[in-house]
Amino acid sequence: MKIHEYQAKELFTKYGVPIPNGGVAFSTEEACSVADTLGGYPVVVKAQIHAGGRGKGGGVKLAGGADEVKTNADDILGMTLVTHQTGPEGRLVKKVLVEQGLNIASELYLSILPDRATAKNIIMASEAGGMDIEAVAADTPEKIIKVLVDPLTGLQAYHCREVAFGLNLPAEAMKPFFKLLTSLYRMFCDYDCSLVEINPLVLTAENDVIALDAKVDVDSNALFRHKDILEYRDLDEEDPLEVEASNYNLNYINLDGNVGNMVNGAGLAMATMDIIKMAGADPANFLDVGGGASAEMVENGFRIILSDPNVKGILINIFGGILRCDVLATGVVEAAKKTNIAVPVVVRMEGTNVEEGRRILAESGLNLITAVDLKDAAEKVAEIVA
Amino acid sequence: MSIFVNKETKLLVQGITGREGQFHTRQCVEYGTQVVAGVTPGKAGQKMDDVPVFNTVKDAVSATGANCSMIFVPPPFAADAIMEAVDAEIELIVAITEGIPVMDMMKVKNFMAGKNSRLIGPNCPGIITPGECKIGIMPGPIHQPGGPIGVVSRSGTLTYEVVHQLTGKGIGQTTCIGIGGDPVNGTNFIDCLSAFQDDPDTKGIVMVGEIGGTAEEEAADFIAANVNKPVVGFIAGLTAPPGRRMGHAGAIVSGGSGTAQGKIEAMKAGGIHVCENLGQLGDICAQVF
Repeated sequence: MKIHEYQAKELFTKYGVPIPNGGVAFSTEEACSVADTLGGYPVVVKAQIHAGGRGKGGGVKLAGGADEVKTNADDILGMTLVTHQTGPEGRLVKKVLVEQGLNIASELYLSILPDRATAKNIIMASEAGGMDIEAVAADTPEKIIKVLVDPLTGLQAYHCREVAFGLNLPAEAMKPFFKLLTSLYRMFCDYDCSLVEINPLVLTAENDVIALDAKVDVDSNALFRHKDILEYRDLDEEDPLEVEASNYNLNYINLDGNVGNMVNGAGLAMATMDIIKMAGADPANFLDVGGGASAEMVENGFRIILSDPNVKGILINIFGGILRCDVLATGVVEAAKKTNIAVPVVVRMEGTNVEEGRRILAESGLNLITAVDLKDAAEKVAEIVA
Repeated sequence: MSIFVNKETKLLVQGITGREGQFHTRQCVEYGTQVVAGVTPGKAGQKMDDVPVFNTVKDAVSATGANCSMIFVPPPFAADAIMEAVDAEIELIVAITEGIPVMDMMKVKNFMAGKNSRLIGPNCPGIITPGECKIGIMPGPIHQPGGPIGVVSRSGTLTYEVVHQLTGKGIGQTTCIGIGGDPVNGTNFIDCLSAFQDDPDTKGIVMVGEIGGTAEEEAADFIAANVNKPVVGFIAGLTAPPGRRMGHAGAIVSGGSGTAQGKIEAMKAGGIHVCENLGQLGDICAQVF
């Protein structure tokens, strides 16, 4: 789960990771009054959306005085910010973070994330801060320091030394950096983070280290033990259909194509999308109804697929295991009766109780197109939308 | 022959009295698996059908000689259940549970280093040696006993689809393993490939991967160097948008790595017969094997 920069910085403050003075604002007036309390200019006005690349897109602006804060906040609030991470449709900006400007000596990069290959936490740092770190990694990999930390024994002093010396920090900045990294690592573990990233981490002329930016992602599987993070969820940042699907525990992702599809199991759902594409059409979504889906879940899935106006045909692909084909067929028939499905539906099912399932569909009186196998199903639905 | 499990395997079930645990234990018993014990803390002395229930894994092992555990414990308690099984020196642990936090699994993985237990999963359908032993949630009847093909996959229902197509072509299976869709798991592709290579009854292998991570690329390198049996490969997720988790916690393309295209190229370079269209997998296997 993603959270906003200002929320990440609330967590930083809780753990004693230094951040610039500032506050979040939902209107130009609020932005101006936050700026007033900071005790001087310049200040920075930063759009708060769940995407990187905000500066390049015009969502981060420096203000030399109160007037400029007003102009900047006016410009940024309500703008549709397009960055390389938002896609061409961009994101509507509804809040800004207003922060004190810093006396920057250099910009560093620091992040912590779990490394799936080694099952260790990995600390990444670089002197080349403030830039796209993926570009740094590709062009000048020698500028990136990586330190692995065993999650059982945790962060040791030598890990901190390795990172600090690698960053060529001045002697006066060592102590504050050790404190920052130790606090950050503790927060990373306490909150089951899947990413904590500070880019840039600023070294000031006074040899302080301050997190100018903050990005925190939390492992969605661990939210059961982080109720406070759940309160940070911002539905404005999510696709409305995906929000609705999540209310029914459905795994749904909205895509650009016109073939809606409903599948049980994530791997089979991906493979079904792929085969739709190979048959010459484009999938409108990813939808995994899960191994133990009920008739009700199938019905909700149907409704969500049909809420997408681009959908011109639907492919249902179910491999009955735990979810028996007769249960699925009953769900499809019920849903079809209730939701008034106006587009053609191709059904392919296989597995447990498949004969009974096929009988239920055949006797339902509904206009469902049955497919003998997966290839046949994809070709039939592609033909319908062509 | 087979790998990891056979008709001698003595299974205990952690979380046997829960809804899922009960349902799937019965399915395993019906398939012919020797289910010798169950564990639910606080329910020692009870029985689930004919299976005796114990408070701890150690108690269950000393009373029944169980050497394999199947875990249906909910995500907040699943890491604890796996470590309990490791501590009781269970040889094979099959964790079905979906939704275990990554941090918990990283601790489990490091805890298991140097110990003798093998973990399959989590977030997996389990393992089956057709006709002998089913440990997991896969539908038994789609499998065909007697080999000669081994199947290893990161997915659940996608594996059933693959097995169904094999059986449809009259191609039986030695053992089918779902290694799970989580970013941090136990047994990996290479462990399974290596065991299939050493199993004289396995004559060919089907490997089913998906987007995210680099396990398929490493497996392809391993195959090129160490496997002389024919391998058919499939990767799901060619059309998956980058940066989005596709159902499985581990199925995500991030920063240009973990793409289906990259994996397919690595597999081709490793000498694997790559099937790009799932609808044709059975046909390709019939040609190759």
